[in-house]
Amino acid sequence: MTKLNVNFCGLDFKNPIIPASGTFGYGREYEKFYSLSRLGGISVKGTTLNPRQGNPAPRVAETPSGMLNSVGLQNGGVDKFISYELPHLSKCDTRIIANIAGATAEECAEVAKKLNGQKVDMIELNISCPNVKQGGAAFGTNPCTAAEVTKAVRNATSIPLMVKLSPNVTDITEIAKAVEGAGADAVSLINTLLGMRIDINTGRPILKNNVGGLSGAAVFPIAVRMVWQVANAVKIPVCGMGGVCSGEDAIELMMAGATTVQVGAYNFQNPYACIDIIEQMEKWCKKHGVNDIKDIIGTVKPW
Amino acid sequence: MSYKQGKFPIVEKRAIAKGMFDITICCPEIAKITQAGQFAQVAAKGFFLRRPISICQSDPERGTIRLVFEVRGNGTEKISGLNKGDCIDIIAPLGKGFTLKRGKRVVCVGGGIGNPPLLEVARFYGCKATMISGFRSAEVVLCTDDGSAGFHGFVTQPLEKLLQEKKTDVIYACGPMGMLKNIAMLAEKYNVKCEVSLEQRMACGIGACLVCACRTVKDSKEFMSHVCTDGPVFDSKEVVFDD
Ligand SMILES: Cc1cc2nc3c(=O)[nH]c(=O)nc-3n(C[C@H](O)[C@H](O)[C@H](O)COP(=O)(O)OP(=O)(O)OC[C@H]3O[C@@H](n4cnc5c(N)ncnc54)[C@H](O)[C@@H]3O)c2cc1C
Ligand SMILES: Cc1cc2nc3c(=O)[nH]c(=O)nc-3n(C[C@H](O)[C@H](O)[C@H](O)COP(=O)(O)O)c2cc1C
Ligand code: FES
Repeated sequence: MTKLNVNFCGLDFKNPIIPASGTFGYGREYEKFYSLSRLGGISVKGTTLNPRQGNPAPRVAETPSGMLNSVGLQNGGVDKFISYELPHLSKCDTRIIANIAGATAEECAEVAKKLNGQKVDMIELNISCPNVKQGGAAFGTNPCTAAEVTKAVRNATSIPLMVKLSPNVTDITEIAKAVEGAGADAVSLINTLLGMRIDINTGRPILKNNVGGLSGAAVFPIAVRMVWQVANAVKIPVCGMGGVCSGEDAIELMMAGATTVQVGAYNFQNPYACIDIIEQMEKWCKKHGVNDIKDIIGTVKPW
Repeated sequence: MSYKQGKFPIVEKRAIAKGMFDITICCPEIAKITQAGQFAQVAAKGFFLRRPISICQSDPERGTIRLVFEVRGNGTEKISGLNKGDCIDIIAPLGKGFTLKRGKRVVCVGGGIGNPPLLEVARFYGCKATMISGFRSAEVVLCTDDGSAGFHGFVTQPLEKLLQEKKTDVIYACGPMGMLKNIAMLAEKYNVKCEVSLEQRMACGIGACLVCACRTVKDSKEFMSHVCTDGPVFDSKEVVFDD
C-alpha cells in the first residue's frame, strides 16, 4: 500500500486531492456519487461577507479542452455558510477549506473573523477579485495590495491561511513572496486565466460579462510552470491546480512542487473525477515503486 | 433528487428529420425514476463539457429513455455519430420536470426541438391535452413560420384562440426563449397557470458550479435561480424574461 497522506501546513490530509473552489459547491451534489470522506479535503465555493447574486447568464463558454466562466462569486454569504453548509460538511471526515473573498481588505478580514471557532481547517483567501478601493484592479495583481489583504486576514484569524494566487500577472513569484512575507501559511495556484469567446454569427461575446476565467485541461502546462516557479521561490507549501484531469496530472504537479492538488472543471465532465484521480495516483505509485507520495513532491530535475 | 452517471447502450437510433435524431438508451435505474421534463447531461467525445438534452420519454418497464435532439454545433454532431450498440455517457435524470395533475385540461405548446419534451406531458393528460406544435418549417405540424405546413404564423396565435374558446387549466411550453416569453404573457393575460422549460448553457448540470443562472422573482423579490436544479421547468410567473 502506498501512503497517500500528506502534511500540509501542519495538518494531515489523508490524500493530496481536493476539489477546487467553485466547482464543487459545498459537496452536497457530488455526495450523490461518492462519500466526501474519501477526499483529502474540500475547498468550498467562494464566500463573501454578504450574499451575492453574481453575473448575468450566459456564464459559461466552452473552449478547446476547457471552459470560460463568469459566475461572479454568487454565494449566500458567510453567515449562511456557517449556519447551513458547515454543520453538514463537518460531519464528513475530510479537511474543510473555506474559500473567502471580498472587495476590500477589511471585508476579507471580517469574513475570516466570523470563521474563528468554526469547524474550518483552513482558509483559502482568493485575491483574484477586484479591489474596489484600489480602482477595481485585482488584489492579486500587485504585490503591495496582495500583502495588505493577506496581513489583514492573518491578523483576523488563527486558522491556517492559504492565499490563492492569480495567474494573470507578469511575475507570479513576486506575489507569492509578498503573501509569504505577510504571513500566509501556504499558497494555492492557479486561479483562472482571463479569456474571451465570440459568437461569430452574432458578433457578440458568448459570456454576458464579455470576459471570463479559463480553466480545464487547456491551462495545465501553465499551472505546472507556475507551481514550479512558486515552489522554488517560497518556503511555504504549495497547493497546485489548473487543468488536472488524471492521477498522472496530479503527480506531475506534485513533482513540480505541489504538496496538495485541487481538481476543478474536470469534475463537470467526470463527476467521479477526484476519486478516479486518487485511484490512478495510487496505481502509478505502486507501478513505480513509490511507497510514500510525499517522496515525489518537488522532485523534478530541471535541466 | 437522485441521479446517476454511467455509460449505457443505445438500443435504437432513428433519424427523424434532417439533422434530427431520436435515440433510445437502456438504463433501467434511470428510466425508473425519470419524470417528464427532466434532462440528461450527455458527454460528447473530445469536448470538455457535456450537452444538456431533455429526456422526452422514459419507459420504466422496458428500462429505456429516449432523447430527441437536433445537431446545432460540433458537440451534438459528435453525439449524432453514435449508433445502435454504442454506449453513451450520461448523467441523468436531472432537474425539476413538469408538475402533472390528473383531471386538468391542458395545452402543450412546443417550438421546434422543444416539442419532444412535451410528449410525456401530452401522454399523461391523454384527450384532455391539446398540442400546438410550431416548427420553422416541417411536415407533421400545426403551424410553421413560413406557412409551408399547417397554419402560417406563430404558435401564440392558435394558443390565444384556444384560451378564448376553451377553459384551460395549465399551459406547458418548451421552445425558444422569445416564444416562451410571448406564451407567458398570454398566460398572464388569460390568468392560466403556465410552466415553461428553459435552456441555459451548463457545466456541471447538478447545481454545483452555478453557471446556469436565470433571473427569477418570488414574492416580488428578484434573485438568481439555476436552470439545472431549480428548473429547467419554471412557473412562467417566476421567470424574468430578458428583452
Ligand atoms: C435543459 C435543456 C434541455 C435541452 N433539451 C434539448 C433537446 O431535447 N433536444 C435538443 O436538440 N436540444 C436540447 N437542448 C439544447 C442543447 O443543449 C444544445 O443544442 C446543445 O448543447 C448544443 O451543443 P453543440 O455542441 O451542438 O453546440 P455548440 O454551439 O458547439 O456548443 C458550445 C457550448 O454551448 C452550449 N450550448 C449551445 N447552445 C445551447 C443551448 N441552446 N442550450 C444550452 N447549451 C447550449 C453547449 O452545451 C456547449 O457547451 C437543451 C438544453 C437545455 C439547457
Ligand atoms: C465555475 C467555476 C467557479 C469558480 N469559482 C471560484 C471561486 O469561487 N473561488 C476561487 O478561488 N476559485 C474559483 N474557481 C477557480 C477554480 O477553483 C480553479 O482555480 C480553476 O478553475 C483552475 O482549476 P481547474 O482547471 O482544475 O478548473 C472557479 C472555477 C470555475 C470553473
Ligand atoms: S450547470 Fe452547474 S449549477 Fe447548473
